[in-house]
Amino acid sequence: MRDTPAVELTDVVLRYGAKAALDGIGLTVSPGTLTAVLGPNGAGKTTAVECCEGYRRPDSGSVRVLGLDPIADNAALRPRIGVMLQSGGVYPGARAVEMLRHTARLHRNPLPVEMLVERLGLGSAGRTAYRRLSGGQQQRLALAMAVVGRPELVFLDEPTAGMDPHARRATWDLVRELREDGVTVVLTTHLMDEAEQLADQVHIVDGGRVISSGTPRELTRGGAENTLRFTSRPGLDLGSLRKALPDGVVAAEPAPGAYRIEGEVDPQLLATVTSWCAQHGVLPDSLGVETRTLEDVFLELTGRELRP
Amino acid sequence: MTTTFAPDPGPAPLPRMIAAQTALEIRMLLRNGEQLLLTIVIPALLLVLFSAVDIVDTGAGKRVDFLAPGLLALAILSTAFTGQAIATGFERRYGVLKRLGASPLPRWGLMTAKTGCVLAVEVLQLALLTVIALLLGWSPTGGASAALPVVLLVVLGTAAFSGLGLLMAGTLKAEATLAAANLVFILLLVLGGVIVPLAKFPAAIRPVLEALPISALSTGLRDVLQHGAGVPWPQLGILAVWSVVALAAAARFFKWE
Repeated sequence: MRDTPAVELTDVVLRYGAKAALDGIGLTVSPGTLTAVLGPNGAGKTTAVECCEGYRRPDSGSVRVLGLDPIADNAALRPRIGVMLQSGGVYPGARAVEMLRHTARLHRNPLPVEMLVERLGLGSAGRTAYRRLSGGQQQRLALAMAVVGRPELVFLDEPTAGMDPHARRATWDLVRELREDGVTVVLTTHLMDEAEQLADQVHIVDGGRVISSGTPRELTRGGAENTLRFTSRPGLDLGSLRKALPDGVVAAEPAPGAYRIEGEVDPQLLATVTSWCAQHGVLPDSLGVETRTLEDVFLELTGRELRP
Repeated sequence: MTTTFAPDPGPAPLPRMIAAQTALEIRMLLRNGEQLLLTIVIPALLLVLFSAVDIVDTGAGKRVDFLAPGLLALAILSTAFTGQAIATGFERRYGVLKRLGASPLPRWGLMTAKTGCVLAVEVLQLALLTVIALLLGWSPTGGASAALPVVLLVVLGTAAFSGLGLLMAGTLKAEATLAAANLVFILLLVLGGVIVPLAKFPAAIRPVLEALPISALSTGLRDVLQHGAGVPWPQLGILAVWSVVALAAAARFFKWE
């Protein structure tokens, strides 16, 4: 059972008219992991997740979720998964806690509603009609509804969109805890920090395809090109530094007092720079090594910014 | 080591899910002011107004004896068709139907709950209108033997109007459904033998009006409750045809999102 992937998309194509929303997407989610599907708006993230939830029928390719076909085996699959839509899903006149309690009643052994209300800070919104909740509160209610049935697999479509930093933190904590307790989590996001902070596995999606996959570390480690920056008094003699540096490493002072060293930054290079500083009586105010972010990775892969 | 969220998924027993959904649908409906106006206040007001004031010539006999069956029919129309179409249209628009489609509740369970909600509200409406009509001096005919034909008419009328309402809600945009459902309500109120006797209309268009589901319901109820007729087979036949066609079309064309 543990060998069956929680989610397996193979060469999935789905067109809306002439436009291919999914253009041969393939990805696998192992049970018990937290997977982020990262990409810009319009990349096909939501469509891919909705294929897994049984909302969309692909034109070709195969979709298996918990070993089941999301459309043919929908009745067997639905009780086992938790779904958080990107928006809506609640009667406009329903109160937050009322709707959560109702969702709980549809499950055999739901989580205690009060616990979720408290964890997600919905207490103050409990008697408020859904349409009067803030965007962040609506998101938190949708998240609570997705997990209240103790699912083994949850799909969260942009779970922190519209949340303030405090609510985002609470959501991240809850998502991490889900994973620790053995729930498989698939979330879509266009936020790099969300993917980097939470995910075991990241699939970068663009144009309806996965363009790169790996752990956040694997994805950001690729390519040794890194940057070392330090600040100190302006006008240091970089000539002697350049002589000390290995071939292919470049030193520059792009702004007075701000120094940038680009190349293969490794511990040896750091030692070279600091010993040069010691020889020349230079005390850097700050010194840091910049590694690539998923944003850099995305930019390199597509030539475009991830943020809309 | 906490295992707060340890997976233990599974659906609740079907009767519990359907009961919970029905209760929620009823709460949502009763919380909606416009909906209450349409389903409770308007038929009651029309009954009182047209019974008390001689606005329309309702033929021989007390006006309330003619009007009460017509407004019972209007109550069925308002809840099963207009109210259900508008509510379902907006549920579709707001993703409620989509989200419920991912819950353990099967779609037929949702439809059963909606039907249960409609029937519960109809019982409420019919009880209220009956009390008001009796206070206005209504003396229905037929006695206990009228019960069966009345129940048959109400059930088939509900089926036909629900089918038409869901067809509209599942194919048009929510705003279009809102406008169209209210327009149809007004048209059928005027043209369906609710307040104005069908005999007042030109003979040329009368067969068309008589084939409308609202006319079949109002005429059937009037035959039983005003004229003491037995089972009104022609009207039941018309309602049965509307039910089959409308429900089949709704099942075929309904879009869940």
